[in-house]
Amino acid sequence: MSATPGSSSSPLMNNKLVKWFDERLPLVSTMQHAGMEYPTPKNLSYWWNFGSLAGFMLVVMIVTGIFLAMHYTPHVDYAFASVERIMRDVNYGWLIRYIHMNGASMFFIVVYIHVFRGLYYGSYKSPREVLWWLGIVILLLMMATAFMGYVLPWGQMSFWGATVITNLFSAFPFVGDFIVTLLWGGFAVDNPTLNRFFSLHYLLPFVIAAVVFLHIWALHTTKSNNPLGIEVSGPQDSIPFHPYYTVKDLYGIAVFLIFYAMFVFFAPNVLGDVANYIEANPLQTPAHIVPEWYFLPYYAILRSIPDKLLGVIAMFGSLLILFLLPWLDTSRVRSARFRPIYKWVFWLFVLDCVALTWAGAKPPEGLPLWVARIGTFYYFAHFFVVMPVIGFIERPLALPKSISTPVLAGGKA
Amino acid sequence: MAETVKTGAAAGVHDDANRRDFLFMLAGAAGAVGAGSVAWPFISSMNPAADTLALSSTEVSLAPIQEGQAITVKWRGKATFVRRRTKAEIDEAAKVPLKDLPDPQADSARVKKPEWLIVVGVCTHLGCIPLGTKQGEPRGDYGGWFCPCHGSHYDTSGRIRKGPAPLNLAVPPYAFVTDTTIKIG
Repeated sequence: MSATPGSSSSPLMNNKLVKWFDERLPLVSTMQHAGMEYPTPKNLSYWWNFGSLAGFMLVVMIVTGIFLAMHYTPHVDYAFASVERIMRDVNYGWLIRYIHMNGASMFFIVVYIHVFRGLYYGSYKSPREVLWWLGIVILLLMMATAFMGYVLPWGQMSFWGATVITNLFSAFPFVGDFIVTLLWGGFAVDNPTLNRFFSLHYLLPFVIAAVVFLHIWALHTTKSNNPLGIEVSGPQDSIPFHPYYTVKDLYGIAVFLIFYAMFVFFAPNVLGDVANYIEANPLQTPAHIVPEWYFLPYYAILRSIPDKLLGVIAMFGSLLILFLLPWLDTSRVRSARFRPIYKWVFWLFVLDCVALTWAGAKPPEGLPLWVARIGTFYYFAHFFVVMPVIGFIERPLALPKSISTPVLAGGKA
Repeated sequence: MAETVKTGAAAGVHDDANRRDFLFMLAGAAGAVGAGSVAWPFISSMNPAADTLALSSTEVSLAPIQEGQAITVKWRGKATFVRRRTKAEIDEAAKVPLKDLPDPQADSARVKKPEWLIVVGVCTHLGCIPLGTKQGEPRGDYGGWFCPCHGSHYDTSGRIRKGPAPLNLAVPPYAFVTDTTIKIG
């Protein structure tokens, strides 16, 4: 029953043609090792569904995006109208656009849960640092892609979002203005900017797909972490990926699709900003400009610091700090389940991110500004102070001997 | 899975196998319907959009066209020939025996008023626009049109007479709005 990696006694490999091909290019056997036999810890919870959900969302975004690109015109005079044409005239264009538009939000929901899962169970710790890094690279690429995609409909928020975000780079001394002009291809956000954003928006998802490949490669090298945060100690601790996790992942996708379809069919615009249904006007900034919800925490961090350059550095730093996390966390125990202090600190950090999201959506004054400032301070304190310190002062609970121990006496099946 | 089969053996393997097959096929069928209904909107989106279909008719004024002249108009993005035929051309088209034609069709079936020939100007071979509408262009061996791409000859009724094209030039749906105006499409 349990297929071990390296075994090639599957029915498919008995086929002479498949065997002939596989001896020349081991495509079938590689797919079998990676997608079917891959020994997976048997105790994964539903929090482990979000990796495959993220992969699913990448496919959804690429497919819908390719079809939208068949109808979209990347020119300042036609972009807005071509999107309206997709909504009104193209057969099922409304559906494809709403899947794509809400898909961006769904992608971020799934990926953020995936990241927090990793934070809770210590999935970033040795030997999975490179796996973690690749995940951050994917997140950064996703942000760039989402930002440029949001510019394409050429609404008011598209235009002014693009103006604000590109101007971030002007904060850097000496080279700032040069970089901004280079990004724009002119002296303001205009047609050259829209053209290159479309080009890159089409390119980056495929770059993401390539990094996802590396991410999965790294995963299959170090093997999956699990809710106990201890390594698989023998064949009794793991089950083959197929059919056990393929079917569980499919079930997760089905449940997730219900959630996703609710937005697409019943509330397609609640996650967006109405101002983006007004065509871009380079002569008038909207009264209140906010990014999409998934950028709000970083936006709050940016605005909480009353200095242009430091604000920009803090904003980028809030993401780049994740690269150092494997070394800032000094505890040797992975899973928060066995870390009595970190367990609470984790939720405090989640709360901090929620508070920053809330503050990022409000005008930067009064209470929201103070929430953003305290939130920003705590955000960095979490990484630079709390994580290193609790690793030393915390007394972790005793770890089980193996994954099987908690359920089977002695850990032997 | 091994355990389930063993339990099944106690209860009667045959029943269990049937249930499994049934569930497997049911799940497969539901999956196929689901995949199909997801694929359809995407395929459909590649078909002409509502605004493209809305542009599917064109009005043409016949007043400026002299006898023996022809013009090219654009209908649904395609060249469409409107030709005011001379008496000689009409007679020539009418008297050809149908058995001489690769795609037999009487001239009377291709026109509403013999003087006016309206055909889609797309060669039925591989889609080039045949020459012969403008003054001075070659009209082929049968005085109609000549396709420069692969040498198809059309007669004064737009019927294929010689060359690789399999069919006559298509007659689009059209109607006389007034005596001097037609609406194509």
